[in-house]
Amino acid sequence: MKVKVLFFAGLREQLGTSAEEIDLPAGVSTVAGLRSHLQARGGAYEKAFAGKALVRSAVNQDMVPQSARIKAGDEVAFFPPVTGG
Amino acid sequence: MKISVQREDFDLSTETRAFTDPRIGAIATFVGVVRDVPMTLEHYAGMTEREILKIVEEAKVRWQVMDCTVIHRYGELKPADQIVLVAVASAHRGDAFAACEFIMDYLKTRAPFWKKEHRPEGANWVEARAADDEAAERWEIRDRPRLSGR
Repeated sequence: MKVKVLFFAGLREQLGTSAEEIDLPAGVSTVAGLRSHLQARGGAYEKAFAGKALVRSAVNQDMVPQSARIKAGDEVAFFPPVTGG
Repeated sequence: MKISVQREDFDLSTETRAFTDPRIGAIATFVGVVRDVPMTLEHYAGMTEREILKIVEEAKVRWQVMDCTVIHRYGELKPADQIVLVAVASAHRGDAFAACEFIMDYLKTRAPFWKKEHRPEGANWVEARAADDEAAERWEIRDRPRLSGR
């Protein structure tokens, strides 16, 4: 199952990438699952997605909780708490 | 209704003069400006417009909003530059003031923008403030009396 993953702001800089297509292993079907999958890569990903890290997420441009389900073709975004206005 | 996420500056009076509904009797506006530190504003194109639209739609459910303009800039901004405009037109001031503040509070906690400050000692991403979450949460109290400007 392929999904498009986007990173923004400090998270984008930390990981050194703003977008990538990821082919998810069977069994990863939620935002939390994707987050664990990314964290398991180690290095900057391990640090960026560690349990305490404040990371917000969106699926297809709607803010969602970690429990949200993802399906093939989804656009999943990870970013720090927002600071506009 | 107008929602714009743009690099360019905006002009308050040009925007409010575009409100032409003859029932309008009050326009409340908020303009956010850059303090003394230059910054870069990043956003999530597409989602930003969607989130702002959702916030405005929510405000229209709660208060009488006859017209509304939200403009948020991104890119490089320097001290005293305008960042954000929220302008709400209603029949009376109570609804206009309340809806304007509501939209601004939710924009700060929901719209996907991130500020990076450029100080002499280095650049840093601004951290989200708990006070902003609290400002948005106070609107969630269901029995909050509806403001009216009459």
